[in-house]
Formats: sequence, structure tokens, C-alpha cells
Amino acid sequence: MDVLTSAVTLLMDWQVLLALLIGSIGGVIIGAIPGVGAAVAIAILLPATFALPPLVGLVMLLGIYGSSMYGGALPAVLINTPGTAVNALTTYDGYPMTQRGEARRAVALAYSASFFGGIFSILCLMLLAPLLAKIAPHFGSREIFLAALLGIILVVLAHRGQIFAAGMLAAFGIFLQTVGLEPITYSRQFTFGQTWLTSGVDLIVVVLGLFALSQAFLLLTQPDESPEMVSIEGSMLSGLKELWLYKRVATVASSLGVLMGMIPGVGEFTAQFMSYTYAQKTSKTPELFGKGAPEGLIASEAANNAVPGAAMIPLLALGIPGEALTAMMLSVFYVHNVIPGPQLFQNDMPFVMALYLALLVLNMIVLAFLMVSTNRLTKMIELPTRLIGVTILLLGFVGVYSLRNSITDCAIAAGFGVFGVILKRLNLPIVPIILGMVLGGIMETKLRSAMPRVKDPLDMIERPIAMIIFVMILLVIALHIRTLVKEARNPPRDVDTDIHPTQQGQ
Amino acid sequence: MTRLKGLQELFKRYRRPGDIVFAWVFLLFSLFLLSQLGTQAPWKSGGKTFTQPAFWPTISIIIMAGFAALHLLSSALSPRILGRWAEVWAWVRSVEYAGWFMAYVFIVPQLGYLGTTIIFAVLLALRAGYRDRRTFLAMALTGIAIVVLFKSLLQVKIPGGAIYEFLPTALRSFMLTYF
Repeated sequence: MDVLTSAVTLLMDWQVLLALLIGSIGGVIIGAIPGVGAAVAIAILLPATFALPPLVGLVMLLGIYGSSMYGGALPAVLINTPGTAVNALTTYDGYPMTQRGEARRAVALAYSASFFGGIFSILCLMLLAPLLAKIAPHFGSREIFLAALLGIILVVLAHRGQIFAAGMLAAFGIFLQTVGLEPITYSRQFTFGQTWLTSGVDLIVVVLGLFALSQAFLLLTQPDESPEMVSIEGSMLSGLKELWLYKRVATVASSLGVLMGMIPGVGEFTAQFMSYTYAQKTSKTPELFGKGAPEGLIASEAANNAVPGAAMIPLLALGIPGEALTAMMLSVFYVHNVIPGPQLFQNDMPFVMALYLALLVLNMIVLAFLMVSTNRLTKMIELPTRLIGVTILLLGFVGVYSLRNSITDCAIAAGFGVFGVILKRLNLPIVPIILGMVLGGIMETKLRSAMPRVKDPLDMIERPIAMIIFVMILLVIALHIRTLVKEARNPPRDVDTDIHPTQQGQ
Repeated sequence: MTRLKGLQELFKRYRRPGDIVFAWVFLLFSLFLLSQLGTQAPWKSGGKTFTQPAFWPTISIIIMAGFAALHLLSSALSPRILGRWAEVWAWVRSVEYAGWFMAYVFIVPQLGYLGTTIIFAVLLALRAGYRDRRTFLAMALTGIAIVVLFKSLLQVKIPGGAIYEFLPTALRSFMLTYF
């Protein structure tokens, strides 16, 4: 109870509350505009938050992270274009409902399911927190190294159909973070005698290039789009009542969101895929899925909104980010010298609890905001994409230049911007590069600090948790090989080469 | 069952035109890095393998080259998708906007953040194909909003323009602090 009181006190600062308000409402708006995802917004705002106190900065970014998917559901349902990548599945059943003249019902259900998923995951985490505080200290260097390794393997394997590309890009990320002055022996690595490479390649510069600038370049080089929106009449509250009819699907989807969110490298897509499959298999009308089934919409939205809260677990308890957005948030921690990991969970529980409470409040703010402003939000979606591109380009400058006023950083970011355009156009994933950089750094330091206690390779897995993670790694690889064998026997047909919404803006 | 399969495919990434060009370039880049390992990240004599500074660059480049070779192989063995060079041209076109971005970076310390942002917001709208005054005005206002939000309110570190030196003292310090 003491922890909860301290957490509430931390949260009751006007700066934190303002950041929460700006983050959550800003996140909904950003999520609703197709082409600008939470990743772009967080990348741009990241350097600006460094000047703020840690909780204020984190709460603002968390606000954007947690609320963008609410906003993203709106264009997904109304115009068949997901606002953020994780709303892609929502188009499957949301848009057919709109075509049937049930736009209000679909939007209301999407909001309600998102709200349910968000609240469900936070309650799970609050209940889990004391348990996590007990387990986290058992994670030493070896365990964290293995967990980061598992994260890398999962992020590569999660990119179905592009495993080789994901592997090479993850390795490229690991390589990038080794460039520059090496901290142990102070030798220069891969600087090619260039002084500007000595300080290495900054993660935030890469993030800004790959997410923000590339999106700006992409929008500017593509034909202009300005979707026509329909306005929605009537109250959104009915969705909450209707959701009650589908509480089983919503609960299972949220649980899967929490589970998948906790495992590094897995995230929203797997959670949605599993919950949608579950909803369809257990439905009385499975034939309606993809044609406007409310359960499908609920499965998709509840699962994706349960992920942000859960993704905070590996980040806070172990210092391991599971996907790109939490990887970006990790840098906010580092800048303020708050090192996430077992110690944080053990010594600063009120801080962790305050973050969870912030997530809880955020979901309420967002729902209240959407109840009154959905129609105004639809106007935002009509913004022409090229002008959005111009705005992102101008904002990208603030992000990169304000880091350390370095023109070199800007040039590197511009280079990564072009690289990001190539990757996005080729359907190749960006996330492995970012996770490679972050998890590569973690693996390097943790392996080094684990070495004095490891005399032979088996010492690496002598402790129970290390052993469990190691078995998980083997299991994941074995399961993947099994899938490969299955696919080889039954190859997929009708391979398409279009750019899918799931690949955009990640 | 067909529906479930369709869903799996939604989350699956497929090859697009130009993949093989990228695969070749990435493999050559990896091989170049591999050839530089001896000079850019030399293996120090003595010391454990895992604590060698060159350990992670070596491991990552070897994995990178291995996967890049497999990626190229899979791309080469797959049926050709037409439109390879048109796609490469689309990549090259994005370099123009990287140029705009760098021009913006170079001009800010000269003309100041506010002026440069307004100019670039309008010029880029012009470049994007807009010719109406309303759009230019809206973009200029967007530029002002960006500067006010980040420089005036959030006090993000962006240096004042050299041009501010010509302003009267009182106005100069105001402009240096807020714009």
C-alpha cells in the first residue's frame, strides 16, 4: 500500500500530469494520421524529453506509445487504412462493418476493446509487480545475456518470410554499436581513420533516420493522398455495453497481448495473430471473420492495446527492450542515469508503480477524449500525406540537431533516412537493426561481466533461470525448424509483392 | 482453413522488385567489412575470446555476411519480379529530400531557426506540388508552431542564427533565446 501511495504522490506533480495529457491526446492524433506512427513521434520527441525530469519524459512517451493504437483504429475502420502498423488486422473486420453502415458500432467496439485490453494488461502488471520484484534479482549477467540473445533470435524469427534479411539487419545493428572508440582498451574499431566515426553511431540518430526521416522522404516521393472521411453520428458508449457480450474473446485476446508483450522480440503482431485465430476457432460464426465479425475486431484491438503495458516488464525488470519503441525509451532511462533492471524493481518500486498508474490514467483520458472528439479527429486523417512528409522532415531536424548540435549526426541520420526508404519499399524490416543495436550492446557488456564466473561453457547455464532461458532458445529454434519443414511440404500459393500496411511506418 | 492462411499471409513479408539489387549491395558491403576486420578490429594476443574488443564486430560481420549471402541466394532463386530499375530509381529520388534536409541543417545556423523553418516549410510545400496561397500560409504557420513549441517552450538546444548579430541588442538576445 505504501508503494501505491508513493506512486500516486509521484504522479500528482503538475508536470507529470501535463505530460500525460499531452502524450495521450497527442498519441491519439498521431496514431490517427496514416503515415505517422508512434515510432515517428517518439523518435522526434526523444531528444526533447532529455531535458525533462525522467518521470515526466517517460510518461509523455508512454502516453504516445499507449494511445496511438486507439487513434490508429479510426482510419482502419473507416477507410480501410490502418493509422499505425498494428491496426492492420482491425481493417479486416472493421472496414466491412463500415461498408454495412455500422461505422459507429465498429469504432465504438474498437475503442472499447482497446480500453479493455489496456486496462486488463495494467491490472495484470500491478498484480504481477510484487512477484517480479522477487524474481528480477535472480537475473544476473548471464541470465540477462541469454534473455537478450533470446530477444534477438525471436525478433529475427518473428519476421516470417524475411528471416535472412531480418538476420542480416539484426547483425548490422550489432555491428553498428561496435563502431567507434571501444571502452575497455580504447582502441578504435571500424573508424577508417575518420575522427567523426570515433564517437560511434548514436542509437537516436539511427532511430531518427530510419523511422522519422525515412517516413518523410517516403511520403514526399510518393503520390499525394488525402482520404475522404465520413463523420460518425451517435454515442460511443454503446461499445462498452456490447463488449460485455464478447468478454471471453476480449479477455483471452488481452491475456495473449500481455503474454506476448512480455516476451522480447515478439509483440503485437504475434499476439493479434494468436487472438484472432482463437476468436475465429471458438466463434459460432467463423465464416463471418474478415467480413465484419465484431469478435475479430475485438480480438485485434484488445490484443494490441494489451502489449504496451506488458512490454514495460522486460524493459523495467531486466533492462531489455522487446521492440523498437521500448528500445527508444531505454535511452531516456540511460540519459537520466536511471538504469532499468533488477535493481530498479527492487529499490524504486514507487517509480515503476507510478509508470503503471500513468498507463492506467492514460487509457481513461484517451477514452474520454475519443468519446467527444472522434469527428474532429476524422478531419486530421484528411491531411495530405506530402504535407505531413514536409512536417516530419522539419521535425526530424529538431530531433537530430538538438542531440549535440552536430552536422555529422544530421548527415548520418539523412543517410539512414535513405536506407530506411529502401527497406520500407522493399518490405524489409527496420526493427531488427534497432534491436540489434540495443540488445547487441547489452549482450556485449553482460557477457563481459559474466566471464569471470564462467570457467567452462556449461557454467553459463548452471543457474535455474539461465537454464530455463537456454531451453527456451533451443525450443524456439526447434519450433521454427518444424514450421520450415511443414512449409516446405506445403508451400504457400498466391504470393503477392504489394506493400502491406503491416510493413509501413514501423 | 483458407481464411486462416490468408491471415498468416497478412503478417508475412514478401519480396518486392529490386530485392536482388539490395541483396547484392548488402552482401558486397558485408564482404568489404569482413575484409577490413584484420585492420579495423584486430584480434589482440592473449586474453579470453569473449572479452576481446574485436569479438562482437567479428561475430556480427560474419553473421551479417552469412545471412546476406543466404538472402541473395534466395532472391536469385526466386522468380524475377519486373520493375527492378524503376524501383532503384525510386530509392535514388529520395536522395533529393536528404539533400533538402542537409540544406536545412546548414542554413539554420546562418539564418536562424525561425526564418529557415518558415522558408523551408513553404519551399518544400512548393516542391511537393502545391501552388495555392492557403497551403503556403498553413505551412508557414506550421513552421512557426514547430519553432515556438521546441525552441521557445521546450528550450531545445538549437543555436541562434548568425544573422541575429545584426539585430539591436535587446531584440538580439530575445531572438537568441526564443527563436
